[in-house]
Amino acid sequence: MSASQEQNVARVVESETLKLERQKRRASLLRTVGLFVGLVVLLTIVNLATHGNFLQPGNVLNVLRQIAVNAILATGQTLVIITAGIDLSVGSLIALTGVLMAGTVNAQQSVVLGMILAALVGMSVGGFAGFINGLPVVRFGLPPFITTLAMMLMARGSAFLYTGGRPIEINNSAFNFLGSGFVFPSLGHLFGIPGIPMPVIIMLVVVIAGSYVLTQTRFGRYVYAIGGNEEAARLSGINVFNVKLAVYVVSGALAGLASLLLAARLNSGIPQSGQGYELQSIAAVVVGGTSLMGGRGSIGGTFVGALLIGMLYNLMNLLSIQSYAQEVVLGAVILAAVLLDQLRRQYLATR
Amino acid sequence: MTEQGGPGSGNSPDGAPFLSMHGISKSYPGVQALDGVSFDVRAGEVHALVGENGAGKSTLVKVLAGAVSADAGEILIDDKPVVIRSPKHAEQLGIAVIYQEFNLVPSMSVAENIMLGREPTRGTGIDWAALRTQATAAISQLGVELPLGVEVRRLSVAQQQMVEIAKALSTNARVIVMDEPSAALTTSEVAVLFEIIRKLKASGVGIVYISHRLEEIFAIADRVTIFRDGKLVKTDVRNALTPDDVIRFMVGRSLSSHFPTLPQDPPREHPLLAVRGLTAPGRIENVSLEVYPGEIVGLAGLIGAGRTSLLRAICGVDHFTSGSLTLNGAPLQPRSPHEAIEAGLALVTEDRKTQGLILGMTIRENVTLPHLEDFVRNGHIDRRKESTAVAKLAAELRIRTPSLEQIARNLSGGNQQKVVLAKWLLKKAKLFCFDEPTRGIDVGAKLEIYELMVKLAEAGAGILMASSELPEVLGMSMRIAVMHKGRIVKIFGRGESTQEEIIRYATGTIAA
Repeated sequence: MSASQEQNVARVVESETLKLERQKRRASLLRTVGLFVGLVVLLTIVNLATHGNFLQPGNVLNVLRQIAVNAILATGQTLVIITAGIDLSVGSLIALTGVLMAGTVNAQQSVVLGMILAALVGMSVGGFAGFINGLPVVRFGLPPFITTLAMMLMARGSAFLYTGGRPIEINNSAFNFLGSGFVFPSLGHLFGIPGIPMPVIIMLVVVIAGSYVLTQTRFGRYVYAIGGNEEAARLSGINVFNVKLAVYVVSGALAGLASLLLAARLNSGIPQSGQGYELQSIAAVVVGGTSLMGGRGSIGGTFVGALLIGMLYNLMNLLSIQSYAQEVVLGAVILAAVLLDQLRRQYLATR
Repeated sequence: MTEQGGPGSGNSPDGAPFLSMHGISKSYPGVQALDGVSFDVRAGEVHALVGENGAGKSTLVKVLAGAVSADAGEILIDDKPVVIRSPKHAEQLGIAVIYQEFNLVPSMSVAENIMLGREPTRGTGIDWAALRTQATAAISQLGVELPLGVEVRRLSVAQQQMVEIAKALSTNARVIVMDEPSAALTTSEVAVLFEIIRKLKASGVGIVYISHRLEEIFAIADRVTIFRDGKLVKTDVRNALTPDDVIRFMVGRSLSSHFPTLPQDPPREHPLLAVRGLTAPGRIENVSLEVYPGEIVGLAGLIGAGRTSLLRAICGVDHFTSGSLTLNGAPLQPRSPHEAIEAGLALVTEDRKTQGLILGMTIRENVTLPHLEDFVRNGHIDRRKESTAVAKLAAELRIRTPSLEQIARNLSGGNQQKVVLAKWLLKKAKLFCFDEPTRGIDVGAKLEIYELMVKLAEAGAGILMASSELPEVLGMSMRIAVMHKGRIVKIFGRGESTQEEIIRYATGTIAA
């Protein structure tokens, strides 16, 4: 093949590739539209069933605010799970960073300084815990299930030791604003609500930034590569050690941030808080279509997963379903969602 | 079945086929994998199936194994039409398939693996005595020794293959399909495999033998069927064909030579790579070697002789305890593959599926992985720039794919290997370390890869190529280093060696 022929072939392959990419984008747009239409129909039915309460702007914001903590946790969890790992420690880290932040806030005279210091303490302690989670995984090849299980116990115990088992009340208006405050009041007045809750803003920033990093940057590509085939990734010159360690640090730091929102909302650091949150975050990730085997998934999907779970809880509350029954329903919905996703993949693979 | 071929007879037994397939078609999105193919197997014959990667051999095997169902066509067993519904059903019908990647449970014993899924029971538990008896019976049919109680992962590849064959026999298979059975075997192990195949023939089992190695096919097959682009182009008795015929049918043209003409030896003044006393205990011992710019150096040796370990140590994958490396006269101490790549080294690994590719990623994403930093603009990856660069390479290497967005898993072996090569051609490396560059790929793709090596050498790159195929080492090397037990025992200049001599050094029959 001559050089000019090669160029021609290259041009054809390139244009075919771009065409296919366009087709794929169009197909995914179509799927999104389909999902959206389905969602609208479902929401309408739900709205009728709840006598119009479900879609009240106040209730919608309520749902978003309630899922903020889980969506932030699940964003970090998604990164870890795409590398074929898991982080069981995030629930306990909420408790540990929460009580430490409460202690920090209360030790400061200045309201603003206290808030800033507390946020720094929360996220760096979380990040450090993530580092401790990840180090034995990358250095000695321990299973992440074990290291993060150990951290789950250690962090929970430390939270109780620090407070002697009692909650620490927080009296700092700037700090509490992060959990309970509203911004953009003029936007809110249009819908008859006080504004957009701070936790919702923070959650959206985290989800959008996380999604950008995962889909558009080298780091994100490396996360997928490591989850897909760690050995091939290493031989391709990827610093597997750093990338894997980083996902645990990010997951821990985001647990610190989620804890900040929770503590600020409850005006206290509570050593019992965050129990079971690690499983809630994993549920959001898998309902969002991320594979526990690694190499596949998205933060956008995880956000939808967290939203679905949050809406389901809210709906059941509006319908006055008792909380024990809610757990049963939620379990069944998680199973059904992941099963449907699996069947869809099998269908696409055989077509 | 009324007639059987004579034991060990070189000619085709002319009995009625035990199994025959007529007009089998199967298509996947964008690919007609099989197009009206007919194929049959008689009792006691070895029927070789050859064709380039993507010619449809694997699809035919999957249809036979009950792993996929054909879109059209019929299958007859003993002249009665059957529908093969599942792998289990195929087994019940007397069809056993031995894949390249074995279906064994590494942590279970030989006996447990042979009887897996068919464990004899007594009461509610497994009847271990009966299990061992039945496993022993299957092994003794092969006429080989296998330790019944040893975990399969402790066995050599050749022994694992024997376990697979014993497992097939224990299901009373009447047709055994062997997909590239010799790919990971040494010469003497292949000889043992052929002994076993001859015994199976004698007992009336039909064998479908798939291989890229024509010399094996001409050594063992009774009949040969050649596929090209999903169609059957020829079925004939082996004696009616020559190797050149087979190649012509496979690629649709005649290949003038299996190897390209090598350029002149470069001047050996300043070595590109100099290895001095490299030692990694238990793997390589005191290895010294130079590669000059524009030179192709072959590394010969038996499996386990340390060829792969040497390449991995040079390329920063494994650590060495003593010795030194220099690249263009400057000391080189790669502590990771990343540092080696930065220094201008490229390691084309031997196993593309486990080491070369992220199978779930697209061609584009795989190729740019080692040099992703070159495609980042303002903090994000420029996909268009990726597509442009990869499309150029794909055309140069003739990667056959409708799009660069194809997932690597869906490509044929030859195309997968080209994607691996493209990874390392994206940015021209100074030194290429090839480990078994053409394992399991077809003749046409092989020649393309050889031509590429020559091009790289002509452009001044150094090439170190480890290979188990002696013709390849002889045909492609300007110098040949023979390894034995972790040491380089002999370095031949161009034209100074023969296959026999290399084997003598590689097996240690000549002391260094």
